[in-house]
Amino acid sequence: MAVKIINDKCKGCTKCVKECPFDAITMIEKIANIGPKCTNCGACVDVCPFGAIENVQVDKKGEVDITLYHDVWVFMEQRDGELAKVSVELLGEGGRLAKEIGCKLAAVLCGDKVDNLVSEIFEYGADKVYYANAPELKSYNTDAYNKAIYEAILKYKPEVVLLGATHVGRDLGPCLAVQCGTGLTADCTKLEIDPENKQLQQTRPAFGGNLMATILIPNHRPQMATVRPGVMEKPVKKAGAKGELIDLTVEFKDGDIRTKVLEIVKGLTEVVSLTDAKVIVSGGRGLQSGDHTPEEGFALLKQLADKLGGVVGSSRAAVDAGWIDHSHQVGQTGTTVKPTIYFACGISGAIQHLAGMQNSGYIVAINKNDGAPIFDVADFGLVGDLYKVVPELIEALG
Amino acid sequence: MKIIVCAKQVPDTNEVKIDPVKGTLIRDGVPSILNPDDANALEAALELKDKSADVSVAVLSMGPPQATYMLRECLAMGADEAYLLSSRTFGGADTCATSTTIAAGIRTIGAYDIIFAGRQAIDGDTAQVGPQTAQRLGIPSVTYVQKIREIKDGSIIVERQLEDGYEVIEVKTPCLLTAVKELNTPRYMSVSSIEDAYKAEVNIWDENNVNLKAEDCGLKASPTQILRSFAPAPKGKGEILTGTNTEMAVSLVGKLQELHVI
Repeated sequence: MAVKIINDKCKGCTKCVKECPFDAITMIEKIANIGPKCTNCGACVDVCPFGAIENVQVDKKGEVDITLYHDVWVFMEQRDGELAKVSVELLGEGGRLAKEIGCKLAAVLCGDKVDNLVSEIFEYGADKVYYANAPELKSYNTDAYNKAIYEAILKYKPEVVLLGATHVGRDLGPCLAVQCGTGLTADCTKLEIDPENKQLQQTRPAFGGNLMATILIPNHRPQMATVRPGVMEKPVKKAGAKGELIDLTVEFKDGDIRTKVLEIVKGLTEVVSLTDAKVIVSGGRGLQSGDHTPEEGFALLKQLADKLGGVVGSSRAAVDAGWIDHSHQVGQTGTTVKPTIYFACGISGAIQHLAGMQNSGYIVAINKNDGAPIFDVADFGLVGDLYKVVPELIEALG
Repeated sequence: MKIIVCAKQVPDTNEVKIDPVKGTLIRDGVPSILNPDDANALEAALELKDKSADVSVAVLSMGPPQATYMLRECLAMGADEAYLLSSRTFGGADTCATSTTIAAGIRTIGAYDIIFAGRQAIDGDTAQVGPQTAQRLGIPSVTYVQKIREIKDGSIIVERQLEDGYEVIEVKTPCLLTAVKELNTPRYMSVSSIEDAYKAEVNIWDENNVNLKAEDCGLKASPTQILRSFAPAPKGKGEILTGTNTEMAVSLVGKLQELHVI
């Protein structure tokens, strides 16, 4: 689609100029003109009182016969023979989408003798498992995984391919999309099927979460998306469920794999499972306050977290300042979380942070500044010094 | 050794605000900056240049003409050459089309040993253009690079960040590496070089300069389309608890217990 002004109909009211989220429209001789900043979001089309702006179909290159493509595929990320949580979540979401489209749900699994995972994947609802089993696929390798899955896509032609937006999925997805000559939408937080044409509508945050965009891949296949961990619901396991297993034969020649993983080092810091936590107690810039040090602050937050069986999170500011490891970071560039209770202590609530935690069950904000944006999303706001309030909370919890 | 750094001029999203009435972005007065991860990519290249006199660093960007300001900043930090891919034809490009244009720019610059890019830009946060450019150039890529361990003859050993640690990867050159902020601390522009940077030439190229056809660029070459965009629904205002610290704490615990969440 491309947005066009119908010059005859434009009355020069400038409503579209004000509405445009990208400042892409200017008035030239009292007629609206769409400039190069336009992303074709269509915000102006809806606002024009004179029907002077239209969305027109642009002839696109490289279109494919989309009727040849069937099924929803989920890339199963595994490390040391264990499925990544986001892959399981995507089996739930993929199953829902497949049902709406009226097709099958398939999983793609790469590894070295990870046969035991196949039955687990069927129990999570996959109708088919495409399994590439080779020593080269033991742990993630860009070239090796890319080759195995690209060949499978060419042969079996899925209409949707979903990957977790992890450090692996965000590496593999872009490479596969270029190979397939198709589109990829990054870090989706919502997927829907258009009931009329069965196209995948992919919604993701942009501009640091300031704006949500819904994206289509109308003329290319497969429609590819990476999805943020922790956003979709994990499916219920059906013990003993079975499906069709399809072996993918992959042969690697010299030069196919140009990177070599020499070593995998686990983080030395405590493993923080922010995505699984029921309670998260996060700290930000406000931990540096008066005589208090950030270290003291995080120790205090840990006490509160321990009391509630939760874990400690942080804002980007605290990570950037070097107070805490980035694995604790919640937000747009960190982890998206939705615990039952989220405590934001000394966090002002930058839009990037809000993007990563605003779907939490209950948000408690503790901040000295009663005008902090965090109070706009908080269910419960406590205006005060966290170094005084948090000890009282620990006390009140008994 | 020739290094090409891919950089993008972005609005500082920390400064972006939402119009509470219309729910649209307020971009007036929002400063444009060198994308933070790209600053780390440039620093990585400049550190290699510091160590060896035979390293030259070119910076490449795609964007509107005002992106030359950002490229001059890169020159003032220590880059040797700057190139801007700028044309109306490039407008409306998604990551797939952008990577085609960037790859064409790199080919036009000529032979290279390493390409550095930032992991992702703060306006789109996709992290796709780097690895997609490598695919188009037919070279290997490593994303999320947090440390460069060793430059060998024909390969580089790097650390790639994972959610729960890192992996050590040896990659054949030429290759593309995407930088995360843990890789280094970007330097400031030096006062003496700022003046030179403003006199230096920034090469501005359109599709013809990089041998691309218009139909391979921008919106026309983008498989993804934006159906609609909207401001995220704001959450209803919550309750501000009052009283002394003790009273607020007791009140909160009571409310959470009533909700059966603790």
